[in-house]
Amino acid sequence: MTVESLTNLTIEEARSAVAAGRTTATALAVAHYDRIEVEDKAINSYLALSRERALVQAEKIDAMAQRGEELPPLAGVPVGIKDVLAMRGAPATAGSLILKGYRPPYDATTVDRLEAAGAVLLGKLNCDEFAMGSSNENSAYGPVRNPRAMDRVPGGSSGGSAAAVSADLCVASLGTDTGGSIRQPAAFCGVVGVLPTYGRVSRYGLIAFASSLDRVGPFTKNVKDAATMLEVLAGKDAMDATSSDRPAGGYVDALEKPVEGLRIGVPEEYFGEGLDPEIRAAVEKALDGLKAAGCTIKKVSLPHTKYAVPTYYVIATAEASSNLSRFDGVRFGLRTAEAKSLSDLFRKTRDAGFGPEVKRRILLGTYALSAGYYDAYYKKAQQVRTLLTRDFLAAFNEVDAIVAPVTPTPAFKLGEKTDDPIKMYLEDIYSVAASLAGICGMSVPCGETSAALPIGVQVLGRHFDEATMLRVAKAIEAAQG
Amino acid sequence: MSTATALSPEILAKYQPVIGLEVHVQLLTETKAFCGCVNRYGGEPNTHVCPTCLGLPGALPVLNRQAVEYAVLAAKSINCEIRETSVFARKNYFYPDSPKGYQISQFDKPVAENGWIEVPAFDESGAPITKRIGITRLHMEEDAGKSIHDGFADSINRTYIDLNRCGTPLVEIVSEPDLRTPDEVFEYLTRLKEILLYTGVSDCNMEEGSLRCDANVSVMLKGAKEFGTKAEVKNVNSFRFIRSAVQYEIERQIGVIEEGGRVVQESRLWNSGEGRTYSMRSKEQAHDYRYFPEPDLPPLVVGAEWQAEIFKALPELPEARRARMIEEFGLNEQDAATITATRDFADRFEVAAKKAKSPKRVASILLSEITMRLRAAELSDEQSPVSLDGIVLAADLMEDGTISSKQLKQLLDSSFAENKDFPEIYERDKPQQISDAGAIEQMIDEVIAANPKQVEQYRGGKKTVAAFFVGQVMRLSKGQANPAMLNELVTKKLDS
Repeated sequence: MTVESLTNLTIEEARSAVAAGRTTATALAVAHYDRIEVEDKAINSYLALSRERALVQAEKIDAMAQRGEELPPLAGVPVGIKDVLAMRGAPATAGSLILKGYRPPYDATTVDRLEAAGAVLLGKLNCDEFAMGSSNENSAYGPVRNPRAMDRVPGGSSGGSAAAVSADLCVASLGTDTGGSIRQPAAFCGVVGVLPTYGRVSRYGLIAFASSLDRVGPFTKNVKDAATMLEVLAGKDAMDATSSDRPAGGYVDALEKPVEGLRIGVPEEYFGEGLDPEIRAAVEKALDGLKAAGCTIKKVSLPHTKYAVPTYYVIATAEASSNLSRFDGVRFGLRTAEAKSLSDLFRKTRDAGFGPEVKRRILLGTYALSAGYYDAYYKKAQQVRTLLTRDFLAAFNEVDAIVAPVTPTPAFKLGEKTDDPIKMYLEDIYSVAASLAGICGMSVPCGETSAALPIGVQVLGRHFDEATMLRVAKAIEAAQG
Repeated sequence: MSTATALSPEILAKYQPVIGLEVHVQLLTETKAFCGCVNRYGGEPNTHVCPTCLGLPGALPVLNRQAVEYAVLAAKSINCEIRETSVFARKNYFYPDSPKGYQISQFDKPVAENGWIEVPAFDESGAPITKRIGITRLHMEEDAGKSIHDGFADSINRTYIDLNRCGTPLVEIVSEPDLRTPDEVFEYLTRLKEILLYTGVSDCNMEEGSLRCDANVSVMLKGAKEFGTKAEVKNVNSFRFIRSAVQYEIERQIGVIEEGGRVVQESRLWNSGEGRTYSMRSKEQAHDYRYFPEPDLPPLVVGAEWQAEIFKALPELPEARRARMIEEFGLNEQDAATITATRDFADRFEVAAKKAKSPKRVASILLSEITMRLRAAELSDEQSPVSLDGIVLAADLMEDGTISSKQLKQLLDSSFAENKDFPEIYERDKPQQISDAGAIEQMIDEVIAANPKQVEQYRGGKKTVAAFFVGQVMRLSKGQANPAMLNELVTKKLDS
């Protein structure tokens, strides 16, 4: 195989090429590292490369292949890991200065599962600081550029994870999604991104932003690869008390089932003012494709949608204010040299280590949990969260999946929204409700704008019904031709 | 003990102290509350740790089932109601030995509430009463690590952190403000400790910090309806000081009020060396802990079935056991209290006592002869040369008159002097026995002659009087008559 073709593979192609001896896991890894060296200077998707660990794993896979052993599902597949996930011995900055120099002594469960399934882990991917952002401009290590339009953002917070897959700097990657951080960058970069149901994939080893919302999920080049990744990642983890012991898997097989007869819901609240007409048209075209494949298209209502963004920003920031307390300069990462007292150490370290968006959210969250304000903010937000969840449960009584836009606009220009946090927060308008409700969702490419910017369509599924969601996504993908 | 100001008894008598206790108890689980690290006191600093108890980014807590069972058992032992669904909450505060920046605790939905224990107290006339002290709640939480401020060459400008203790499961037991005197505080703590020791969920070792106590103290004029402003006395980590710490704080507050001042709501640190409490800097205690439900842990559900399973491990508690022992073994209250002070000792006593002819005699030898010698030799119970089985033999020998109390004392003296158990000494030094039938008969005749009335009773059909003659002859022989022969010969003589 040519070097070029080595970095242009899907999971399925890469694995079968290794299995058939057309290439080796080592050659795949090296080809990707070579490409990263050239292409990533401008894109800035990788923060650190784990070359040694990757090559050891690649050799292991190659030895298995040589002995003719049955290869695991991700054998030899080069995968990138968002820098909020712990990889033993590799830097884990979460895009923040406060974690500069910190190397976790353990692997996240998802990292562990990928490696056990044969994946070759190339390195750590750039992201918004502590996964807080919608453009990847909040990384302390510089923004990531959108490989499909280099003057534009890749989306966030998993901007590096989306960009790396989009630019063939890995075959698949792990991202995290708290309020849209997988789906939005997937849409911006023209790749597939999956938000699994809350509890479906372990959070152990994920540097927490908002624990009740954080989820780990894959970025891939197509829907089948996403199903393959999810099959490896999903399932109960004894190290995460919020992970579910409901049976997982069967996602790849589910793709074989036709979508004929499935009822698809279209929520009117997701097609209102502010939605880019080209995105509206692309989503409607995707719906037409589903109709043609035999699905019934039905209007549904999610009446509390307008409260989703404020609700999300209360709950997410409240949890973040607590989760980020451990970054105090005492045990790891940055420590200011100038402290004269203990509280001075805390204050100065945190002042120097956190960026402005993180500080803003810590302040918001601290306020929401403060004595006298808890009931009006945090408690109220939890009540609205219940209503939002009920909206979805009611809709899913009538339909099997919901289809909607992922974002109101395609990828915007670097610097375009950095001065206006509210504008940036509204980027999440179509993604946060599913986050709050805990249901599964994903973004699938469904065309381009006239300026050749990728457009994504969002497919939402019932709690733990990733199989149906993936089937619908596969049908949308198939209709693209 | 020093006092804040010299207050006359008349002034002190004007005031009614009101005290509530918050007691933290470490649970003796195999592993820590939320991770798999060994839960053991001490160890090389920072060796019993993992990503979770170090609070490393990304690590998550998973609740220890045994910790739940111990907490529920402790709650039941102090008569609490178990809440079927309780919720863990984060208590947020910055401190270097709290590595997550929050402590996992329980807030508005604790695992247990509304309990009580009974303590001995005195009423206003000074008569002894049993007083019921309410327990507001028992909740689960994790312990913090330790900040080590001294003992290192550079301790002047550095503090070291040991996180071995971090994540140790705790229960916090909060009493109602039902305590009125330092003595009641002491009794409450003593009873609480005794009960918890019986359940086996903790070793309640104040010196090692497995039982820690904070006291909320306020004073009001007697007859007043509303409690005064309370201060929290922290760091009272020894039974020796609890009375003086509370007494000091009561007198300090009365002094403040008498001088026209007002008691400030604050935390005060007890300094046992100086015998006084100090105000902790108010800035440090102006905490808003921003409690909210811990999103990393689902609600804890302890349903009826699991509760029933846990309650099976509930032993007979000290109060009930004392009552039963008084009833069953004819012990007096004080002896029963001494014997039941620990479950282990009470267990061993019961096993032994049941083998003896007179359990009561086992108790009395144990509590007089043995205890006296242990004290004199400055030995602990565990160091006693005389085993409980040894005491049983001694009691039986006394009971059937084989040895006199004087001989018992001599034998026990030898036991302690040579550090050998009683049976060994007895076998060796067995007081000379008289097995000469003629000599025994001669003594029997003597006794019969001296007690015509008893002879008459016997011959009138009251055969049990035989024991009286056996006892008398044994005494006459200074305990040396062969008991078997004596029994036989007494019956023979009386029947002839």
